[in-house]
Amino acid sequence: MSRRDFNIAAMPGFATIAIAAFVLLYMPIVTMVIYSFNASDSVALWGGFSLRWYAIAWENDFVKEATVRSLVLAASAAVIASALATLAALGTTRRKRFKGQTFIYVMINQPLMVPEIVTAVALLIFFAAIKKATGYTGLGYLILAHSAFCVPFAYLPIRARLEGMDLTLERAAADLYATPFQTFRRITLPLMAPGIAAGAMLSFVISLDDVIITEFVKSAGQDTLPTYMLGQLRRAVTPEVNAISTALLVLTVLMLTAFFLLTRKRG
Amino acid sequence: MALSQSARNGWLLSAPALILLAVGAAGPLLIVVIYSFLTPGDFSGVEWTFTTEAWFRVFFERDIFDDTVSAADAHLTIFWRSLKLSLLTTLATFVVGFPMAWFIATQPPNRRAAWLFLITIPFWTNLLIRTFAILEIIRNQGLLNSFLLWLGVINDPLQILYTDTAVLIGMAYVYLPLMVLPLFAAIDRFDFKLIEAGYDLYASRWQVLRRIVVPIVRPGIVAGSILVFVPSLGAYVTPRILGGGKNMMLGNFIELQFGQGRNWPLGAALSMLLLVIVLTALLAYVRVTSSEGRQNV
Amino acid sequence: MTDQAAVEARNAARHYGSGQSVVKALDDVSLTIRKGEFFTLLGPSGCGKTTLLRLIAGFETPTSGQILLSGQDITDIPPNKRKVNTVFQSYALFPHLSVAANIAFGLEMLGRPKAETAARVEEMLALVRLDQMADRKPAMLSGGQQQRVALARALAPGPEVLLLDEPLSALDLKLRKEMQLELKRLQTETGITFVFVTHDQEEALTMSDRIGVMRAGKLQQVGGPREIYNGPVNRFVADFIGETNFLTGTLEAGRVRLPSGEMLDVPEATGQGEVTLAIRPEQIRIDPEGALEARLTQTVYFGTDTHCHLQLKDGTEIVARLQSPPSGDVGLSIGETLRLSPVPGSVQVLEGD
Repeated sequence: MSRRDFNIAAMPGFATIAIAAFVLLYMPIVTMVIYSFNASDSVALWGGFSLRWYAIAWENDFVKEATVRSLVLAASAAVIASALATLAALGTTRRKRFKGQTFIYVMINQPLMVPEIVTAVALLIFFAAIKKATGYTGLGYLILAHSAFCVPFAYLPIRARLEGMDLTLERAAADLYATPFQTFRRITLPLMAPGIAAGAMLSFVISLDDVIITEFVKSAGQDTLPTYMLGQLRRAVTPEVNAISTALLVLTVLMLTAFFLLTRKRG
Repeated sequence: MALSQSARNGWLLSAPALILLAVGAAGPLLIVVIYSFLTPGDFSGVEWTFTTEAWFRVFFERDIFDDTVSAADAHLTIFWRSLKLSLLTTLATFVVGFPMAWFIATQPPNRRAAWLFLITIPFWTNLLIRTFAILEIIRNQGLLNSFLLWLGVINDPLQILYTDTAVLIGMAYVYLPLMVLPLFAAIDRFDFKLIEAGYDLYASRWQVLRRIVVPIVRPGIVAGSILVFVPSLGAYVTPRILGGGKNMMLGNFIELQFGQGRNWPLGAALSMLLLVIVLTALLAYVRVTSSEGRQNV
Repeated sequence: MTDQAAVEARNAARHYGSGQSVVKALDDVSLTIRKGEFFTLLGPSGCGKTTLLRLIAGFETPTSGQILLSGQDITDIPPNKRKVNTVFQSYALFPHLSVAANIAFGLEMLGRPKAETAARVEEMLALVRLDQMADRKPAMLSGGQQQRVALARALAPGPEVLLLDEPLSALDLKLRKEMQLELKRLQTETGITFVFVTHDQEEALTMSDRIGVMRAGKLQQVGGPREIYNGPVNRFVADFIGETNFLTGTLEAGRVRLPSGEMLDVPEATGQGEVTLAIRPEQIRIDPEGALEARLTQTVYFGTDTHCHLQLKDGTEIVARLQSPPSGDVGLSIGETLRLSPVPGSVQVLEGD
């Protein structure tokens, strides 16, 4: 005999809506991935499996250049943002609340609160003036902008890691004759490492994804992969964009999986 | 007053990040305020002459022949469209996102992480890619129209792309995870014993949902709504790709002023207007959640 | 109290899992709870008492068997259609509603007229003495007050049966004693059948009309507090309720021969063979004529009582509880050899384990 419990957590239709929503959430992405392997010229008709569009994208110098630029930018932003966020996290956790701490929080999280288009406009105006004054039009502007908006994304996991750390470990090190620097180098930093790595990875993904700020800040000929794609979309949609998107997607998912493995609670 | 050593170290350690953010994010916002009170330059940029013209032009327009002043209908249409689409996006993501969050939160703990990961992947995936993926689905030769044609429901492809509907679908699609995640966090914290108590006291499923669950997870609902509403209002990529040139939202209109429009002060004023609306919404959120925190603790 | 059944469980079983790893949380339990009585389900954690309560409330469905409420089969009726209400262990008060709104909740769900609901809420607030707290949120109340709100909320709709799931476990000792009396008063005043779940034997003895002792998903014994305390059917019940000394021996025509060779008169015992005897510590007397010889190993002063730890000739350790004299000193010295006898009629002969 099998009887069913009265399921207190069940709500009528919720599971159906949820499953349908998950399907709809993935359908466009999956379609895009499938069509990136399409042999046909058309974006709509299926012409058999082929890596043709990946090859075309690979041979496109604009794509190659944009890819390198995107990766350099993302790596620089990740290093700078996670380094500064590490210092800030050390400064704002595990000590008595001090005056101005709220201000520091607000400043660090500011990029999350201000609409991206507003920041983009602000940076456009600011950098235009500097460009005019100095004549410098290099990648520095983009690195500065990307590092800045990546700081909150790097700060959050690092801070979470620090807050979960046991202060007595450092006291024990000090008790065993370690100098403050040795304590930091041998105890604190290794323990923080997974948080820093997670923060750097998030920063990398966030920088790699950015469209709006990059579009406004970049000088001529400084396309990143997303701004190149945006430019392509404005003209005609070619399956090449499918291939680039899929490659970018795979990269993002790999980084995210690594992030989840790093931040997963152990023991 | 001398700072304690702890506070001084705190400030010193935070200083590099603060300087970076001051130069690369927050500081330039002040320049935008200044620019909104300047005169547009001939080709682009600004003339350093103070005027409130840009702010005036946000809401009104002056006839070039007889100087009569009337409301800037074109601007108001764009404001209204941005507001309407943002609110509809928020509503749509809530209607779909609440059952999703509920579904995830009521899964057995060992499966919950996997479902959450499924929500997180689109969340971190490039917005441009996701918008592009939706474009592929809803365009005239896209999957949706092909499917409907094949079913025989329609004889000609539906023109969805480059309409407000397309922008709405696209924004709801790309911002859905922003609604689901805070809702999940709130439902996950919810004490399901309260639902038992509700059923014990004769409530129907609908009454349990409306009278017990929704009021208690309200901070999560507010958080999710803010997280969706704020980027919707400032959306740029999605309306640009799916809405085409005519169905502009505020974000695109701001961009226009720095491109073909060549009116940087107007663009600056519009940006500040957007910022004020968004910060007001955030402030209201902080008020709501902190006052509820006081009530329930 | 009448002999009519308020709640009946008929061969109710509840299994979790399946196949080899099946857990029988409730294993074929049949039980009748009478209208208007204060019935307690007593047992250690994991004995199935809470499962049985949840079957009655409707939050779980029996794997097999039936649950009846006032003679009607409610096995398949969902919890929101059963005229039973629950006081939850954690109280489960709605944090966003005031005390009054919490109490009114059930009545509103039943669609009672506003005026009637308001009057009933007033009545309930007075009943649990919280008139002044009507507009407060639960978080602003003390543990004891929250407990009262939970009670009032569950009583307000006028259930046929009130289920109480270890409701006093979160309170400190003093408050718990107070609430025991309060609960008993409420039950008497309202005349509603109470089904009370606890692992605290003292709570069960002081409050209940009848007690059902459970162990490992099975009902061990059902009876009044005196019956259970003075006539436990097996070693588990005797041991779980109160303190007990166990002696083993061989039954020979109304007398039990202990391993030491001493003979103990147990006129009420019948039959033959190996038996276990249970004697409560307070039923042991120091008696120069007593049948048992013992050596005093330790005395522990408990105020009104003094516990004397004794060793019988065969090595068995037992405890005798003597009333402390006004001086506080029972006048015995450690190592002294005494003779003991149980109060006539107090020795229980147990079967099984």
